[in-house]
Amino acid sequence: MAETTTRDQESGLRTETMTVNMGPQHPSTHGVLRLVLTLDGEVVRSASPTIGYLHTGIEKTAEQKKWQQVIPLVERMDYLSAQSNSMAFCMSVEKLLGVEIPERVRNIRVLMAELQRINSHLVWLGTHGMEVGAVSVMLYCFRERELLLNINEMIAGFRLFPSYMRVGGLREDLPRGFHDAVRAFLDRFAVKLDEYEDLLTKNEIYLKRTQGVGVISKEDVVSYSLLGPIARAAGVDYDVRRVFPYLGYETYDFNVPTRTAGDAYARYQVRVAEMRESMKICRQALDRITPAGKWAIDDPRITPPPKDRVYTEMEALIQHFLIYSQGFTVPAGEAYVPVEGPRGEQGFFVVSDGTNRPWRIKSRAPSLLACQALERMIVGGLIADVIAVIGSIDVVMGDVDR
Amino acid sequence: MDGPALIALLQQAVPGATVESAPSIDLHTSVYVSRDHVLDVARVLRDAANLRFAFLAELTAVDVWPREPRYEVVYVLVSIEHRLRLRMKVRLHGADAHLATVSGIWPAANWLEREVWDLFGIVFDGHPDPRRLLMPEDWEGFPLRKDSPVQIRRPPHVAEALQVTEEEFAANVERDRLTRRG
Repeated sequence: MAETTTRDQESGLRTETMTVNMGPQHPSTHGVLRLVLTLDGEVVRSASPTIGYLHTGIEKTAEQKKWQQVIPLVERMDYLSAQSNSMAFCMSVEKLLGVEIPERVRNIRVLMAELQRINSHLVWLGTHGMEVGAVSVMLYCFRERELLLNINEMIAGFRLFPSYMRVGGLREDLPRGFHDAVRAFLDRFAVKLDEYEDLLTKNEIYLKRTQGVGVISKEDVVSYSLLGPIARAAGVDYDVRRVFPYLGYETYDFNVPTRTAGDAYARYQVRVAEMRESMKICRQALDRITPAGKWAIDDPRITPPPKDRVYTEMEALIQHFLIYSQGFTVPAGEAYVPVEGPRGEQGFFVVSDGTNRPWRIKSRAPSLLACQALERMIVGGLIADVIAVIGSIDVVMGDVDR
Repeated sequence: MDGPALIALLQQAVPGATVESAPSIDLHTSVYVSRDHVLDVARVLRDAANLRFAFLAELTAVDVWPREPRYEVVYVLVSIEHRLRLRMKVRLHGADAHLATVSGIWPAANWLEREVWDLFGIVFDGHPDPRRLLMPEDWEGFPLRKDSPVQIRRPPHVAEALQVTEEEFAANVERDRLTRRG
Protein backbone atom coordinates (compact mmCIF):
# COMPACT_ATOMS: atom_id res chain seq x y z
CA MET A 1 0.00 0.00 0.00
CA ALA A 2 1.32 3.39 -0.95
CA GLU A 3 -0.17 6.58 0.35
CA THR A 4 0.13 10.17 -0.70
CA THR A 5 -0.73 12.78 1.86
CA THR A 6 -2.33 16.08 0.99
CA ARG A 7 -3.93 18.70 3.14
CA ASP A 8 -7.47 19.70 2.32
CA GLN A 9 -7.50 23.38 1.34
CA GLU A 10 -10.66 24.44 3.15
CA SER A 11 -10.78 22.41 6.33
CA GLY A 12 -7.04 21.94 6.77
CA LEU A 13 -7.62 18.24 7.43
CA ARG A 14 -4.99 15.76 6.35
CA THR A 15 -6.33 13.50 3.55
CA GLU A 16 -4.70 10.51 1.95
CA THR A 17 -5.19 8.44 -1.14
CA MET A 18 -4.58 4.78 -0.80
CA THR A 19 -3.39 2.27 -3.38
CA VAL A 20 -4.95 -1.14 -3.04
CA ASN A 21 -4.53 -4.28 -5.03
CA MET A 22 -7.64 -6.17 -6.12
CA GLY A 23 -7.06 -9.63 -7.50
CA PRO A 24 -5.72 -11.56 -9.32
CA GLN A 25 -7.44 -14.19 -7.20
CA HIS A 26 -10.50 -12.18 -6.22
CA PRO A 27 -13.55 -14.42 -6.63
CA SER A 28 -15.59 -11.75 -8.41
CA THR A 29 -13.16 -10.89 -11.16
CA HIS A 30 -14.35 -13.65 -13.53
CA GLY A 31 -11.03 -15.38 -13.82
CA VAL A 32 -7.72 -13.83 -12.92
CA LEU A 33 -7.83 -10.10 -13.46
CA ARG A 34 -5.75 -7.82 -11.28
CA LEU A 35 -6.66 -4.21 -10.64
CA VAL A 36 -4.46 -1.68 -8.91
CA LEU A 37 -6.83 0.96 -7.57
CA THR A 38 -6.04 4.35 -6.11
CA LEU A 39 -8.73 5.25 -3.62
CA ASP A 40 -9.74 8.55 -2.16
CA GLY A 41 -11.97 7.38 0.64
CA GLU A 42 -14.40 5.14 -1.19
CA VAL A 43 -13.99 6.83 -4.56
CA VAL A 44 -11.77 5.24 -7.19
CA ARG A 45 -9.32 7.84 -8.49
CA SER A 46 -7.34 5.67 -10.88
CA ALA A 47 -7.34 2.06 -11.93
CA SER A 48 -4.86 0.02 -13.90
CA PRO A 49 -5.83 -3.49 -14.96
CA THR A 50 -3.11 -6.12 -15.30
CA ILE A 51 -3.89 -9.11 -17.48
CA GLY A 52 -2.02 -12.09 -18.84
CA TYR A 53 -2.44 -14.55 -15.97
CA LEU A 54 -4.35 -16.95 -18.23
CA HIS A 55 -2.11 -16.53 -21.27
CA THR A 56 -1.62 -20.00 -22.67
CA GLY A 57 -0.26 -19.16 -26.11
CA ILE A 58 -3.12 -20.75 -28.02
CA GLU A 59 -2.24 -18.73 -31.13
CA LYS A 60 1.32 -20.10 -31.10
CA THR A 61 0.11 -23.63 -30.40
CA ALA A 62 -2.33 -23.44 -33.30
CA GLU A 63 0.52 -22.79 -35.71
CA GLN A 64 1.86 -26.27 -34.93
CA LYS A 65 -1.49 -28.03 -35.44
CA LYS A 66 -3.35 -29.13 -38.51
CA TRP A 67 -6.36 -27.04 -39.49
CA GLN A 68 -8.99 -29.31 -37.99
CA GLN A 69 -6.98 -29.75 -34.77
CA VAL A 70 -7.29 -26.03 -34.09
CA ILE A 71 -11.06 -26.24 -33.49
CA PRO A 72 -10.86 -27.65 -29.93
CA LEU A 73 -8.18 -25.06 -29.13
CA VAL A 74 -10.21 -22.04 -30.20
CA GLU A 75 -13.24 -23.34 -28.30
CA ARG A 76 -11.19 -23.00 -25.13
CA MET A 77 -10.37 -19.33 -25.73
CA ASP A 78 -13.69 -17.81 -24.79
CA TYR A 79 -14.92 -20.75 -22.77
CA LEU A 80 -18.48 -19.47 -22.43
CA SER A 81 -19.07 -19.18 -26.16
CA ALA A 82 -17.30 -22.25 -27.48
CA GLN A 83 -19.56 -22.85 -30.45
CA SER A 84 -19.36 -19.22 -31.59
CA ASN A 85 -15.56 -19.40 -31.54
CA SER A 86 -15.34 -22.59 -33.55
CA MET A 87 -18.00 -21.34 -35.96
CA ALA A 88 -16.08 -18.11 -36.58
CA PHE A 89 -12.88 -20.07 -37.13
CA CYS A 90 -14.51 -22.57 -39.50
CA MET A 91 -16.12 -19.77 -41.49
CA SER A 92 -12.77 -18.03 -41.99
CA VAL A 93 -11.15 -21.26 -43.15
CA GLU A 94 -14.09 -22.03 -45.43
CA LYS A 95 -13.66 -18.58 -46.93
CA LEU A 96 -10.03 -19.41 -47.72
CA LEU A 97 -11.01 -22.79 -49.15
CA GLY A 98 -13.70 -21.12 -51.23
CA VAL A 99 -16.36 -23.68 -50.31
CA GLU A 100 -20.06 -22.96 -49.93
CA ILE A 101 -21.74 -24.91 -47.13
CA PRO A 102 -25.24 -26.42 -47.57
CA GLU A 103 -28.36 -24.53 -46.52
CA ARG A 104 -29.21 -27.01 -43.77
CA VAL A 105 -25.78 -26.67 -42.17
CA ARG A 106 -26.15 -22.88 -42.21
CA ASN A 107 -29.45 -23.16 -40.33
CA ILE A 108 -28.01 -25.58 -37.79
CA ARG A 109 -25.08 -23.23 -37.21
CA VAL A 110 -27.47 -20.32 -36.64
CA LEU A 111 -29.38 -22.41 -34.11
CA MET A 112 -26.18 -23.46 -32.31
CA ALA A 113 -24.86 -19.91 -32.22
CA GLU A 114 -28.09 -18.59 -30.73
CA LEU A 115 -28.30 -21.37 -28.14
CA GLN A 116 -24.70 -20.56 -27.25
CA ARG A 117 -25.62 -16.90 -26.86
CA ILE A 118 -28.42 -17.80 -24.44
CA ASN A 119 -26.04 -20.12 -22.63
CA SER A 120 -23.39 -17.42 -22.27
CA HIS A 121 -25.87 -14.74 -21.23
CA LEU A 122 -27.28 -17.10 -18.59
CA VAL A 123 -23.86 -17.52 -17.00
CA TRP A 124 -23.40 -13.76 -17.18
CA LEU A 125 -26.82 -13.05 -15.63
CA GLY A 126 -26.25 -15.58 -12.88
CA THR A 127 -22.80 -14.41 -11.86
CA HIS A 128 -23.62 -10.72 -12.25
CA GLY A 129 -26.78 -11.16 -10.18
CA MET A 130 -24.86 -12.99 -7.50
CA GLU A 131 -22.21 -10.28 -7.32
CA VAL A 132 -24.74 -7.56 -6.67
CA GLY A 133 -26.49 -9.66 -4.05
CA ALA A 134 -29.17 -11.65 -5.89
CA VAL A 135 -27.87 -15.15 -5.20
CA SER A 136 -31.09 -16.92 -6.15
CA VAL A 137 -30.80 -15.66 -9.76
CA MET A 138 -27.53 -17.55 -10.07
CA LEU A 139 -29.15 -20.82 -9.03
CA TYR A 140 -32.06 -20.38 -11.44
CA CYS A 141 -29.83 -19.41 -14.37
CA PHE A 142 -27.57 -22.41 -13.89
CA ARG A 143 -30.66 -24.63 -13.70
CA GLU A 144 -31.74 -23.56 -17.19
CA ARG A 145 -28.18 -23.64 -18.51
CA GLU A 146 -28.03 -27.29 -17.53
CA LEU A 147 -30.66 -28.03 -20.20
CA LEU A 148 -28.47 -26.35 -22.83
CA LEU A 149 -25.47 -28.36 -21.70
CA ASN A 150 -27.61 -31.49 -22.02
CA ILE A 151 -28.32 -30.52 -25.63
CA ASN A 152 -24.57 -30.14 -26.20
CA GLU A 153 -24.03 -33.57 -24.67
CA MET A 154 -26.67 -34.94 -26.98
CA ILE A 155 -25.08 -33.64 -30.20
CA ALA A 156 -21.44 -34.26 -29.38
CA GLY A 157 -21.03 -36.12 -26.09
CA PHE A 158 -19.26 -33.14 -24.58
CA ARG A 159 -20.99 -30.48 -22.53
CA LEU A 160 -18.81 -27.38 -22.55
CA PHE A 161 -16.67 -27.71 -25.67
CA PRO A 162 -18.61 -29.86 -28.12
CA SER A 163 -16.28 -29.31 -31.16
CA TYR A 164 -19.39 -29.93 -33.21
CA MET A 165 -18.52 -27.33 -35.85
CA ARG A 166 -16.08 -28.61 -38.43
CA VAL A 167 -14.48 -27.02 -41.45
CA GLY A 168 -16.96 -27.77 -44.20
CA GLY A 169 -19.96 -28.40 -41.98
CA LEU A 170 -20.63 -30.33 -38.81
CA ARG A 171 -19.15 -33.39 -37.13
CA GLU A 172 -22.18 -35.59 -37.77
CA ASP A 173 -25.92 -35.37 -38.26
CA LEU A 174 -28.28 -34.23 -35.53
CA PRO A 175 -29.18 -37.00 -33.08
CA ARG A 176 -32.66 -38.42 -32.74
CA GLY A 177 -34.83 -36.35 -30.44
CA PHE A 178 -32.84 -33.17 -30.99
CA HIS A 179 -35.79 -31.08 -32.19
CA ASP A 180 -37.90 -32.14 -29.20
CA ALA A 181 -35.13 -31.31 -26.75
CA VAL A 182 -34.59 -27.82 -28.18
CA ARG A 183 -38.36 -27.15 -28.37
CA ALA A 184 -38.79 -28.28 -24.77
CA PHE A 185 -36.02 -25.92 -23.72
CA LEU A 186 -37.46 -22.96 -25.65
CA ASP A 187 -40.96 -23.50 -24.24
CA ARG A 188 -39.66 -23.72 -20.70
CA PHE A 189 -37.15 -20.89 -21.01
CA ALA A 190 -39.71 -18.34 -22.29
CA VAL A 191 -41.51 -18.66 -18.94
CA LYS A 192 -38.34 -18.78 -16.86
CA LEU A 193 -36.92 -15.64 -18.43
CA ASP A 194 -40.02 -13.76 -17.24
CA GLU A 195 -39.30 -15.09 -13.76
CA TYR A 196 -35.73 -13.76 -13.83
CA GLU A 197 -37.04 -10.41 -14.92
CA ASP A 198 -39.54 -10.46 -12.05
CA LEU A 199 -36.61 -10.92 -9.70
CA LEU A 200 -34.40 -8.14 -11.09
CA THR A 201 -35.92 -5.67 -13.55
CA LYS A 202 -37.89 -3.66 -11.00
CA ASN A 203 -36.02 -4.79 -7.91
CA GLU A 204 -35.23 -1.66 -5.90
CA ILE A 205 -31.89 -2.98 -4.65
CA TYR A 206 -30.82 -4.13 -8.08
CA LEU A 207 -31.76 -0.76 -9.61
CA LYS A 208 -29.76 1.09 -6.94
CA ARG A 209 -26.74 -1.11 -7.60
CA THR A 210 -26.78 -0.76 -11.40
CA GLN A 211 -28.47 2.44 -12.56
CA GLY A 212 -25.95 5.17 -13.30
CA VAL A 213 -23.11 2.79 -12.46
CA GLY A 214 -20.25 2.17 -14.88
CA VAL A 215 -21.53 4.65 -17.43
CA ILE A 216 -19.72 4.76 -20.76
CA SER A 217 -20.59 7.36 -23.37
CA LYS A 218 -21.27 6.70 -27.02
CA GLU A 219 -18.03 8.49 -27.96
CA ASP A 220 -15.97 6.28 -25.65
CA VAL A 221 -17.66 3.16 -27.00
CA VAL A 222 -16.55 4.19 -30.48
CA SER A 223 -13.00 5.08 -29.52
CA TYR A 224 -12.52 1.87 -27.49
CA SER A 225 -14.00 -0.28 -30.32
CA LEU A 226 -16.56 -1.96 -28.10
CA LEU A 227 -18.65 -3.66 -30.78
CA GLY A 228 -21.28 -5.65 -28.93
CA PRO A 229 -23.85 -5.49 -26.12
CA ILE A 230 -21.86 -2.76 -24.34
CA ALA A 231 -22.04 -0.59 -27.46
CA ARG A 232 -25.72 -1.32 -27.98
CA ALA A 233 -26.43 -0.34 -24.37
CA ALA A 234 -24.80 3.04 -25.10
CA GLY A 235 -26.81 3.69 -28.25
CA VAL A 236 -24.53 2.37 -31.01
CA ASP A 237 -26.86 0.39 -33.26
CA TYR A 238 -24.36 -2.18 -34.52
CA ASP A 239 -24.92 -5.89 -34.77
CA VAL A 240 -22.86 -7.94 -37.22
CA ARG A 241 -25.93 -10.06 -37.93
CA ARG A 242 -27.70 -6.95 -39.20
CA VAL A 243 -24.92 -4.82 -40.71
CA PHE A 244 -22.78 -7.55 -42.33
CA PRO A 245 -25.16 -10.55 -42.49
CA TYR A 246 -23.70 -14.05 -42.63
CA LEU A 247 -25.25 -17.57 -42.64
CA GLY A 248 -28.46 -16.09 -44.00
CA TYR A 249 -29.30 -13.96 -40.95
CA GLU A 250 -30.95 -11.46 -43.29
CA THR A 251 -33.78 -13.98 -43.80
CA TYR A 252 -34.60 -14.22 -40.07
CA ASP A 253 -37.04 -11.95 -38.31
CA PHE A 254 -35.44 -10.44 -35.20
CA ASN A 255 -34.77 -7.08 -33.58
CA VAL A 256 -31.52 -5.58 -32.37
CA PRO A 257 -32.27 -4.18 -28.90
CA THR A 258 -30.52 -0.93 -28.01
CA ARG A 259 -30.56 1.41 -25.02
CA THR A 260 -28.99 4.82 -24.61
CA ALA A 261 -28.08 5.07 -20.91
CA GLY A 262 -24.79 3.18 -21.24
CA ASP A 263 -24.83 2.07 -17.59
CA ALA A 264 -24.81 -1.40 -16.04
CA TYR A 265 -28.60 -1.50 -15.99
CA ALA A 266 -28.82 -0.72 -19.73
CA ARG A 267 -26.40 -3.54 -20.41
CA TYR A 268 -28.62 -5.85 -18.36
CA GLN A 269 -31.68 -4.76 -20.35
CA VAL A 270 -29.92 -5.25 -23.68
CA ARG A 271 -28.72 -8.74 -22.81
CA VAL A 272 -32.09 -9.89 -21.49
CA ALA A 273 -33.79 -8.54 -24.62
CA GLU A 274 -31.15 -10.31 -26.71
CA MET A 275 -32.04 -13.62 -25.09
CA ARG A 276 -35.66 -13.10 -26.16
CA GLU A 277 -34.56 -12.30 -29.72
CA SER A 278 -32.31 -15.37 -29.73
CA MET A 279 -35.29 -17.50 -28.77
CA LYS A 280 -37.20 -16.06 -31.73
CA ILE A 281 -34.32 -16.92 -34.08
CA CYS A 282 -34.00 -20.41 -32.58
CA ARG A 283 -37.67 -21.17 -33.28
CA GLN A 284 -37.37 -19.96 -36.88
CA ALA A 285 -34.18 -21.93 -37.45
CA LEU A 286 -35.65 -25.06 -35.88
CA ASP A 287 -38.61 -24.94 -38.27
CA ARG A 288 -36.22 -24.82 -41.23
CA ILE A 289 -34.02 -27.73 -40.13
CA THR A 290 -35.14 -31.12 -41.35
CA PRO A 291 -34.52 -33.96 -38.86
CA ALA A 292 -32.18 -35.71 -41.29
CA GLY A 293 -30.18 -34.43 -44.25
CA LYS A 294 -26.82 -33.08 -45.25
CA TRP A 295 -24.49 -32.16 -42.42
CA ALA A 296 -21.33 -31.31 -44.42
CA ILE A 297 -20.15 -30.50 -47.89
CA ASP A 298 -19.44 -33.29 -50.39
CA ASP A 299 -15.74 -32.70 -50.73
CA PRO A 300 -13.60 -35.79 -50.15
CA ARG A 301 -10.54 -33.60 -49.57
CA ILE A 302 -12.03 -31.89 -46.52
CA THR A 303 -14.77 -33.98 -44.94
CA PRO A 304 -14.14 -37.56 -43.81
CA PRO A 305 -16.42 -40.22 -45.26
CA PRO A 306 -19.25 -41.72 -43.16
CA LYS A 307 -18.15 -44.51 -40.85
CA ASP A 308 -20.18 -47.26 -42.52
CA ARG A 309 -18.32 -46.62 -45.79
CA VAL A 310 -14.96 -46.58 -44.01
CA TYR A 311 -15.64 -50.10 -42.78
CA THR A 312 -16.74 -51.46 -46.16
CA GLU A 313 -14.90 -49.56 -48.93
CA MET A 314 -11.18 -49.31 -49.48
CA GLU A 315 -11.30 -45.82 -51.06
CA ALA A 316 -13.23 -44.49 -48.11
CA LEU A 317 -10.70 -46.01 -45.71
CA ILE A 318 -7.83 -44.36 -47.59
CA GLN A 319 -9.66 -41.05 -47.58
CA HIS A 320 -10.37 -41.35 -43.86
CA PHE A 321 -6.74 -42.16 -43.18
CA LEU A 322 -5.46 -39.23 -45.27
CA ILE A 323 -7.73 -36.69 -43.60
CA TYR A 324 -6.90 -37.81 -40.07
CA SER A 325 -3.15 -38.24 -40.63
CA GLN A 326 -2.30 -35.37 -42.96
CA GLY A 327 -5.29 -33.08 -42.80
CA PHE A 328 -6.19 -30.94 -45.76
CA THR A 329 -4.35 -28.07 -47.37
CA VAL A 330 -5.78 -24.58 -47.51
CA PRO A 331 -4.88 -22.18 -50.36
CA ALA A 332 -2.49 -19.39 -49.42
CA GLY A 333 -4.14 -16.15 -48.40
CA GLU A 334 -5.79 -14.46 -45.48
CA ALA A 335 -9.38 -14.11 -44.36
CA TYR A 336 -11.39 -12.54 -41.56
CA VAL A 337 -15.09 -13.34 -41.23
CA PRO A 338 -16.84 -11.36 -38.50
CA VAL A 339 -19.66 -12.98 -36.54
CA GLU A 340 -21.75 -11.69 -33.64
CA GLY A 341 -20.61 -13.62 -30.60
CA PRO A 342 -22.26 -13.28 -27.17
CA ARG A 343 -19.71 -10.60 -26.23
CA GLY A 344 -19.71 -8.72 -29.51
CA GLU A 345 -18.00 -8.87 -32.84
CA GLN A 346 -15.82 -11.91 -32.95
CA GLY A 347 -13.75 -13.35 -35.71
CA PHE A 348 -10.55 -15.08 -36.65
CA PHE A 349 -7.93 -13.46 -38.80
CA VAL A 350 -6.51 -16.54 -40.47
CA VAL A 351 -3.39 -16.62 -42.64
CA SER A 352 -2.48 -19.67 -44.68
CA ASP A 353 0.73 -20.38 -46.59
CA GLY A 354 -0.87 -23.15 -48.62
CA THR A 355 0.00 -26.07 -46.32
CA ASN A 356 -2.01 -28.24 -43.94
CA ARG A 357 -1.19 -26.05 -40.92
CA PRO A 358 -2.23 -22.46 -40.27
CA TRP A 359 0.54 -19.89 -40.65
CA ARG A 360 -1.08 -17.57 -38.16
CA ILE A 361 -4.44 -17.24 -36.46
CA LYS A 362 -5.56 -14.25 -34.44
CA SER A 363 -8.82 -14.05 -32.58
CA ARG A 364 -10.56 -10.72 -32.24
CA ALA A 365 -11.19 -10.79 -28.51
CA PRO A 366 -14.15 -8.59 -27.50
CA SER A 367 -13.31 -9.16 -23.82
CA LEU A 368 -9.81 -7.69 -24.27
CA LEU A 369 -11.24 -4.42 -25.54
CA ALA A 370 -13.92 -4.39 -22.82
CA CYS A 371 -11.18 -4.89 -20.25
CA GLN A 372 -9.26 -1.98 -21.72
CA ALA A 373 -12.30 0.28 -21.37
CA LEU A 374 -12.89 -0.89 -17.78
CA GLU A 375 -10.74 1.93 -16.42
CA ARG A 376 -13.02 4.47 -18.10
CA MET A 377 -16.06 2.95 -16.42
CA ILE A 378 -14.83 2.62 -12.84
CA VAL A 379 -12.77 5.79 -12.30
CA GLY A 380 -14.86 8.31 -10.40
CA GLY A 381 -17.19 5.64 -9.06
CA LEU A 382 -17.28 3.88 -5.71
CA ILE A 383 -15.10 0.90 -4.93
CA ALA A 384 -18.21 -1.15 -4.14
CA ASP A 385 -19.38 -0.58 -7.71
CA VAL A 386 -16.18 -1.94 -9.27
CA ILE A 387 -17.44 -5.50 -8.99
CA ALA A 388 -20.85 -4.58 -10.39
CA VAL A 389 -19.16 -2.97 -13.39
CA ILE A 390 -16.80 -5.90 -14.04
CA GLY A 391 -19.82 -8.18 -13.91
CA SER A 392 -21.83 -6.00 -16.25
CA ILE A 393 -19.24 -5.88 -19.05
CA ASP A 394 -19.10 -9.69 -19.08
CA VAL A 395 -15.38 -10.27 -19.58
CA VAL A 396 -14.10 -13.81 -19.96
CA MET A 397 -10.45 -13.89 -18.99
CA GLY A 398 -9.78 -16.87 -21.25
CA ASP A 399 -10.71 -14.60 -24.15
CA VAL A 400 -8.68 -11.66 -22.83
CA ASP A 401 -5.46 -13.62 -22.42
CA ARG A 402 -5.85 -16.46 -24.95
CA MET B 1 -16.72 2.47 -52.07
CA ASP B 2 -14.58 -0.08 -53.87
CA GLY B 3 -10.82 -0.58 -53.75
CA PRO B 4 -9.58 1.59 -56.66
CA ALA B 5 -11.79 4.54 -55.64
CA LEU B 6 -10.54 4.32 -52.06
CA ILE B 7 -6.91 4.17 -53.16
CA ALA B 8 -7.40 7.18 -55.45
CA LEU B 9 -9.02 9.10 -52.60
CA LEU B 10 -6.23 8.26 -50.15
CA GLN B 11 -3.50 9.17 -52.60
CA GLN B 12 -5.15 12.49 -53.25
CA ALA B 13 -5.68 13.24 -49.57
CA VAL B 14 -2.18 12.24 -48.44
CA PRO B 15 0.34 13.38 -51.06
CA GLY B 16 3.47 11.27 -51.13
CA ALA B 17 1.93 8.20 -49.53
CA THR B 18 2.19 4.88 -51.32
CA VAL B 19 -1.15 3.08 -51.23
CA GLU B 20 -1.42 -0.17 -53.13
CA SER B 21 -4.20 -2.66 -53.44
CA ALA B 22 -3.58 -6.01 -51.73
CA PRO B 23 -5.05 -9.38 -52.74
CA SER B 24 -8.14 -10.29 -50.73
CA ILE B 25 -10.03 -13.58 -50.75
CA ASP B 26 -12.80 -12.55 -48.35
CA LEU B 27 -13.60 -9.49 -50.52
CA HIS B 28 -12.79 -6.99 -47.78
CA THR B 29 -10.95 -4.12 -49.42
CA SER B 30 -7.27 -4.47 -48.54
CA VAL B 31 -4.56 -1.91 -49.03
CA TYR B 32 -0.85 -1.67 -48.33
CA VAL B 33 0.25 1.66 -46.91
CA SER B 34 3.84 2.86 -46.66
CA ARG B 35 5.19 2.97 -43.11
CA ASP B 36 5.90 6.70 -42.96
CA HIS B 37 2.36 7.72 -43.87
CA VAL B 38 0.36 5.49 -41.52
CA LEU B 39 -0.73 8.34 -39.29
CA ASP B 40 -1.87 10.62 -42.12
CA VAL B 41 -3.73 7.83 -43.88
CA ALA B 42 -5.34 6.71 -40.63
CA ARG B 43 -6.57 10.22 -39.91
CA VAL B 44 -8.13 10.50 -43.37
CA LEU B 45 -9.75 7.08 -43.00
CA ARG B 46 -11.32 8.08 -39.70
CA ASP B 47 -12.40 11.62 -40.59
CA ALA B 48 -13.25 11.70 -44.33
CA ALA B 49 -17.01 12.18 -44.66
CA ASN B 50 -17.46 9.32 -47.12
CA LEU B 51 -15.32 6.85 -45.12
CA ARG B 52 -15.70 7.39 -41.33
CA PHE B 53 -13.79 4.32 -40.21
CA ALA B 54 -14.46 5.12 -36.56
CA PHE B 55 -13.84 1.60 -35.25
CA LEU B 56 -10.47 -0.11 -35.15
CA ALA B 57 -11.83 -3.63 -34.83
CA GLU B 58 -8.48 -5.38 -34.72
CA LEU B 59 -4.78 -4.65 -34.88
CA THR B 60 -2.35 -7.49 -35.24
CA ALA B 61 0.78 -8.59 -37.05
CA VAL B 62 1.95 -11.47 -39.19
CA ASP B 63 5.54 -12.70 -39.36
CA VAL B 64 6.47 -14.12 -42.78
CA TRP B 65 10.02 -15.07 -41.77
CA PRO B 66 12.38 -15.87 -43.51
CA ARG B 67 11.08 -13.62 -46.27
CA GLU B 68 11.66 -9.87 -46.23
CA PRO B 69 9.96 -7.50 -45.52
CA ARG B 70 9.35 -9.71 -42.59
CA TYR B 71 6.39 -8.23 -40.73
CA GLU B 72 2.97 -7.13 -41.82
CA VAL B 73 1.00 -5.04 -39.34
CA VAL B 74 -2.71 -5.46 -40.04
CA TYR B 75 -5.44 -2.96 -39.11
CA VAL B 76 -9.05 -4.11 -39.48
CA LEU B 77 -11.33 -1.09 -39.74
CA VAL B 78 -15.11 -0.83 -39.62
CA SER B 79 -17.32 2.00 -40.76
CA ILE B 80 -20.83 1.53 -39.42
CA GLU B 81 -22.14 4.64 -41.11
CA HIS B 82 -21.29 3.41 -44.61
CA ARG B 83 -21.27 -0.34 -43.90
CA LEU B 84 -17.65 -0.71 -44.99
CA ARG B 85 -14.81 -2.91 -43.84
CA LEU B 86 -11.20 -2.26 -44.69
CA ARG B 87 -7.93 -4.04 -44.04
CA MET B 88 -4.94 -1.73 -43.97
CA LYS B 89 -1.52 -3.36 -43.95
CA VAL B 90 1.95 -2.03 -43.38
CA ARG B 91 5.08 -3.93 -44.36
CA LEU B 92 8.10 -3.72 -42.05
CA HIS B 93 11.66 -5.00 -42.45
CA GLY B 94 12.96 -7.24 -39.70
CA ALA B 95 15.98 -5.03 -39.02
CA ASP B 96 13.89 -1.88 -38.77
CA ALA B 97 10.61 -2.97 -37.21
CA HIS B 98 9.02 0.19 -35.90
CA LEU B 99 6.17 2.45 -36.93
CA ALA B 100 4.08 5.26 -35.48
CA THR B 101 1.39 4.46 -32.94
CA VAL B 102 -2.23 5.04 -33.94
CA SER B 103 -3.44 5.14 -30.33
CA GLY B 104 -3.92 8.89 -30.67
CA ILE B 105 -6.44 8.28 -33.44
CA TRP B 106 -8.12 5.12 -32.15
CA PRO B 107 -7.58 4.79 -28.37
CA ALA B 108 -8.46 1.08 -28.67
CA ALA B 109 -5.06 0.60 -30.30
CA ASN B 110 -3.35 1.09 -26.93
CA TRP B 111 -3.56 -2.50 -25.69
CA LEU B 112 -3.61 -4.01 -29.17
CA GLU B 113 -0.26 -2.37 -29.94
CA ARG B 114 1.10 -3.44 -26.58
CA GLU B 115 0.16 -7.01 -27.49
CA VAL B 116 1.93 -6.77 -30.85
CA TRP B 117 5.05 -5.36 -29.15
CA ASP B 118 4.85 -8.11 -26.54
CA LEU B 119 4.50 -11.01 -28.96
CA PHE B 120 6.33 -9.77 -32.09
CA GLY B 121 8.73 -7.11 -30.83
CA ILE B 122 7.46 -4.45 -33.23
CA VAL B 123 8.06 -1.02 -31.72
CA PHE B 124 5.30 1.59 -31.83
CA ASP B 125 6.92 5.02 -31.72
CA GLY B 126 5.26 7.41 -29.32
CA HIS B 127 3.15 4.80 -27.58
CA PRO B 128 1.77 6.18 -24.29
CA ASP B 129 2.29 3.01 -22.22
CA PRO B 130 4.82 0.72 -23.89
CA ARG B 131 4.94 -2.31 -21.62
CA ARG B 132 4.42 -6.01 -22.19
CA LEU B 133 0.76 -7.00 -22.03
CA LEU B 134 0.41 -10.78 -21.84
CA MET B 135 3.86 -12.18 -21.14
CA PRO B 136 5.63 -11.73 -17.80
CA GLU B 137 7.64 -8.50 -17.49
CA ASP B 138 10.94 -10.39 -17.29
CA TRP B 139 10.30 -12.52 -20.38
CA GLU B 140 13.07 -12.53 -22.94
CA GLY B 141 12.24 -12.74 -26.62
CA PHE B 142 9.05 -12.41 -28.59
CA PRO B 143 7.10 -15.68 -28.70
CA LEU B 144 4.98 -15.25 -31.84
CA ARG B 145 8.00 -14.63 -34.05
CA LYS B 146 8.47 -17.58 -36.34
CA ASP B 147 12.11 -18.01 -35.27
CA SER B 148 11.09 -18.19 -31.63
CA PRO B 149 11.18 -21.83 -30.44
CA VAL B 150 7.93 -23.61 -29.65
CA GLN B 151 9.21 -25.63 -26.70
CA ILE B 152 11.91 -24.31 -24.46
CA ARG B 153 13.27 -25.36 -21.11
CA ARG B 154 13.62 -22.71 -18.50
CA PRO B 155 14.90 -23.16 -14.96
CA PRO B 156 12.06 -23.32 -12.43
CA HIS B 157 10.94 -19.84 -11.57
CA VAL B 158 10.72 -19.11 -7.87
CA ALA B 159 8.95 -15.91 -6.96
CA GLU B 160 9.77 -14.12 -3.76
CA ALA B 161 8.26 -11.03 -2.27
CA LEU B 162 9.68 -7.99 -4.00
CA GLN B 163 12.47 -6.48 -1.87
CA VAL B 164 12.73 -3.01 -3.35
CA THR B 165 11.94 0.44 -2.15
CA GLU B 166 9.34 2.52 -3.86
CA GLU B 167 12.01 4.55 -5.69
CA GLU B 168 13.78 1.43 -6.92
CA PHE B 169 10.45 0.03 -8.10
CA ALA B 170 9.71 3.16 -10.10
CA ALA B 171 13.22 3.10 -11.55
CA ASN B 172 12.80 -0.56 -12.57
CA VAL B 173 9.54 0.16 -14.32
CA GLU B 174 11.21 3.03 -16.16
CA ARG B 175 14.14 0.80 -17.14
CA ASP B 176 11.87 -1.96 -18.45
CA ARG B 177 9.93 0.36 -20.69
CA LEU B 178 10.58 -0.42 -24.27
CA THR B 179 13.69 1.02 -25.82
CA ARG B 180 14.44 1.08 -29.49
CA ARG B 181 17.01 -1.65 -30.15
CA GLY B 182 19.82 -0.14 -32.22
